[in-house]
Amino acid sequence: MTERFDVITVGAGPSGCVAAYLLAKEGLDVLVIERGEYPGAKNVSGAVLYRKALDDILPNFWDNAPIERYINRQVVTFLSKRSSVSLDFKNLDYAQTPYNAFTVLRGRFDQWLAKKAEESGALIMNDTLVEDLLWENGKVVGARVGKEEGDVLADVVIIADGANSLLAEKAKLRRPLSPENMALGVKELLKLPKEVIERRFNLVGNEGVAYTFVGEATQGLEGGAFLYTNEDSLSIGVVCTLSGLIREKKEPASLIEFFKADPMIKGWLDGAILKEYSAHLIPEGGIHMMPKLLSDGILIIGDAAGFTLNTGLTLRGMDFAIASGVMAAKAVMKAKEKGDFSKSSLSAYQRFLEDSFVLKDLRTYKNAPNLLRKNSIYTVYPKMICDLAERVYTVDENPKKKLLKLVLDEVKEKTTIRQFLKDLFDGGRSI
Amino acid sequence: MNIDEKLYRVRFNIDPENPHIAVDKEKCKKCHDKICLSICPAEVFKLDGDEVSLSWEGCMECGTCRISCPEGAVEWQYPRGGYGVCFGHG
Repeated sequence: MTERFDVITVGAGPSGCVAAYLLAKEGLDVLVIERGEYPGAKNVSGAVLYRKALDDILPNFWDNAPIERYINRQVVTFLSKRSSVSLDFKNLDYAQTPYNAFTVLRGRFDQWLAKKAEESGALIMNDTLVEDLLWENGKVVGARVGKEEGDVLADVVIIADGANSLLAEKAKLRRPLSPENMALGVKELLKLPKEVIERRFNLVGNEGVAYTFVGEATQGLEGGAFLYTNEDSLSIGVVCTLSGLIREKKEPASLIEFFKADPMIKGWLDGAILKEYSAHLIPEGGIHMMPKLLSDGILIIGDAAGFTLNTGLTLRGMDFAIASGVMAAKAVMKAKEKGDFSKSSLSAYQRFLEDSFVLKDLRTYKNAPNLLRKNSIYTVYPKMICDLAERVYTVDENPKKKLLKLVLDEVKEKTTIRQFLKDLFDGGRSI
Repeated sequence: MNIDEKLYRVRFNIDPENPHIAVDKEKCKKCHDKICLSICPAEVFKLDGDEVSLSWEGCMECGTCRISCPEGAVEWQYPRGGYGVCFGHG
């Protein structure tokens, strides 16, 4: 027998679970289809979750969600071969409710969020792959699942199947993904006793720190490395654009080994035990790679819609996913009231997104993806910053020069004044 | 640490009858870059003589090979529901 629901959400990640949670709460029959053994089984993330978007729908969620640590210190470190310079931001308010960001581990966190959707009445079907969408007169009417149950029908199907969304391609709402728009993250979860982490990273109680590294961390490839503290583990990894990896023929697994062996990093990892290795794609093309977000009977949310934002200083995805899930739920509720799930009725989703930080921020940073694809950001400037600091701090028999003169010397040595000013202007304009 | 030691820490529910990746060996023969050999984070692709062979059982399902192959030679699907990689921490 073919089952019928009001809404099917494909994928039980943050965007799909949040949409399902809100719609089920409003009394709709919602089915969430997850291809993994449990929600989160296929998911990987850094992962820093910025608080606001989820707090709006599940107030004070940190009181019972499986969060690892609250982040009250964020550090960006420029690495050269033998030195490093850091921008180290710490805020005492971030150490108090309502906090600003948390580290989470997706295996546990996504299951918790799916449980919330389930408690509000959604049905979560694990172990099930959506092989294709069902169409009728050019309108999506359901999903074909690879099981005896066969087809499931719904008024609207919400595509939340992640960065590598085969369904968005099958629905012809998105062109095939290109290496220029995608980054690959490889990550390791390293176990360390809680007390060791707190001592090593100078953390009090449940405080946490998020580091990003630019330059030698990726051997000059476009991308960066990260290290985040969890309760009793570290998340460490490297993220590089596919176009860079293809050009340089670098092996992702060896990049992470190279980074872990960096003298600046190595000491932090002493005695840590590898618990899990993982890899995932990140859509980094920003507004330029955004698919058509909707059509008759279908909406696309989360990573599947390319909703992540890398500004060079922050890397956000989960809060965008959650917010897009909220907007999709709002649009579906409106469509339900009208009994009209056509493209024009569902276009409210696009309008809600335009009015929210999701598309506003992606538009503000529309030039960031291009800037962050420039190789000199990773090869020239991290080294320039480190070498400048070395000129400042090294005391020897040579007479000292003033800072401005040192900067000019550095610039002339590594590039041209003209190029430097252009990059500075482009940088300021983009991020 | 080599890739086998890394993948040893990852749980897989292998679907022995149904490989979810295949390569078009004719297209591979003509391909000079063979970027699949370096770019896969699980090192699924190996050169067997002059043929590309693959050990899809250790695939972490990121999809990088599908997007990166310049010849479009990688036929890539998600594994059947419940099979494939199963991250515990993510």
